[in-house]
Amino acid sequence: MSINLTWQKKAQAEFEPAFDVSALREPVKSPYLQVGRRIVPYLLPAATLLAWQIACRSGYVAPQILPSPTAVVLAAEHLAHTELWADVVISTKRALLGFVLGGSIGFAFGMFNGLIRAFEELFDTTIHLTRTIPHLALIPLLILWFGIGEETKVLLVAMGVFFPIYLNTFHGMRSVEPGLVEAGRVYGLRGFSLFRQVILPAALPSILVGFRFALGAMWLTLIVAETIAADSGIGYITTNAREFMQTDVMLVGILLYAFLGKGADLFSRTLERILLPWHPNYGKAAR
Amino acid sequence: MSVLQQREAGARAEGWRSDAASSARVEVQGLYKAFGSNLVLKGIDLELTPGEFVVIVGRSGCGKSTLLRVIAGLETQSQGEVLIDGTPLRSINTHARVMFQDARLFPWKRVRENVGVGIKTDWQSRADSALEDVGLLDRAKDWPSVLSGGQRQRIALARALASRPRILLLDEPLGALDALTRIEMQDLVERVWQEHSFTALLITHDVEEAVALADRVVVIDQGRISLNISVPFARPRDRASADFIEVREEVLRQVKAG
Repeated sequence: MSINLTWQKKAQAEFEPAFDVSALREPVKSPYLQVGRRIVPYLLPAATLLAWQIACRSGYVAPQILPSPTAVVLAAEHLAHTELWADVVISTKRALLGFVLGGSIGFAFGMFNGLIRAFEELFDTTIHLTRTIPHLALIPLLILWFGIGEETKVLLVAMGVFFPIYLNTFHGMRSVEPGLVEAGRVYGLRGFSLFRQVILPAALPSILVGFRFALGAMWLTLIVAETIAADSGIGYITTNAREFMQTDVMLVGILLYAFLGKGADLFSRTLERILLPWHPNYGKAAR
Repeated sequence: MSVLQQREAGARAEGWRSDAASSARVEVQGLYKAFGSNLVLKGIDLELTPGEFVVIVGRSGCGKSTLLRVIAGLETQSQGEVLIDGTPLRSINTHARVMFQDARLFPWKRVRENVGVGIKTDWQSRADSALEDVGLLDRAKDWPSVLSGGQRQRIALARALASRPRILLLDEPLGALDALTRIEMQDLVERVWQEHSFTALLITHDVEEAVALADRVVVIDQGRISLNISVPFARPRDRASADFIEVREEVLRQVKAG
């Protein structure tokens, strides 16, 4: 019977190449399939973690070289009860302070150089000259000047943050579509209202790209600075742990940086969604 | 009582349009414009009486857009004068609004904010009534990025109308639209012009569009006016009528001759 039916259907399809509307309907998604799709991306990390654990448990890898995942979790727990939070707080403080310092200076220069030709002529070449110096190369000099105090770290972060913010703000101000500025002028906007309603929103996507790059530079600079020149902070924990061969503690520090970096990235993505709701690539208009 | 009020009162008393001051007189006298060594406008003399609809036709590169930009105050002339109600234009023309070929809506403003841009008092209700004029009030809360090309131009028209300009300058605003949308837009432009009675200057390369909308058609060829004729037909115009076709062919001949 069922064979007969399929044959009938087949015959029908041959004689009537009519449009089958049901084919347009989206295929029914089974709940198992949906859950499966969610899981797939995490299979590889889970397998790696498992292999790592097994390798350590079986004694194949010495704990001094690479501690097992459970050992890292235990070390984290232990640290969390002692010095960890104070160090996280001080690292975050340094990062934010440097970011605000370097970011605001970079933004101001980017804005004025982008908007006013005379400012660009005066400053832009100098800024690009100093850009060729890797800011991390200044660490010995800064240690000589400030010791391993807070100034060294904050200044380094500020320098690391300055350039991405400056470059992208400048680029954003420069690449505002002239037609839109013209339309703004025709429709009665000038001076500050033209800046606020046309130039700044047009430059904002680019500014936020700089913001995201700057967050990356912020953590990277801080890690290096804290590893080389610090007596507190996450970087100090890892360096200190190296002295005592505490690989598990070192891994905790490394993972902490990863989490903080991820958090910063999440923050900047959220900021993009909030500030650029109109933008087809970021906001709610992206449908 | 100011001169303006007197004129308005007089107009009311005589039963004319009570908003006679809602349109401006535009006089272009001996206008030259050069970009470097390239002379684009070579002595343009043109007058738009208040409320008149003038259409400028010409090949691309003939200088017609430059003329509009000078009248808008977006370019400064090399020589000559532009007078608005007798006053020489020195900077951006605050009486005029421009509709560009591309809609130039601000992507970061919703439709209503776009239409109300630059309006100081009561911008929301004025934006809404302009949106109603073009039939898109229901899109007031949308982002421009979700609109079609024709809708964007209608929003741009609403934006131009919302501030109640006395002069509307249209720089080939319908050039990029498909044929049907284009005819609908032409009807819409004609209707709002009749309602709001501003002085209108439209730039186009479409001769039929010119004859359909113009009180007067001006042909510009290589920076000079080569034809300036009035089109006295009643509105709305029948594009298939013999008179219409005759004028259209004459203008086309003149444009081709250049």
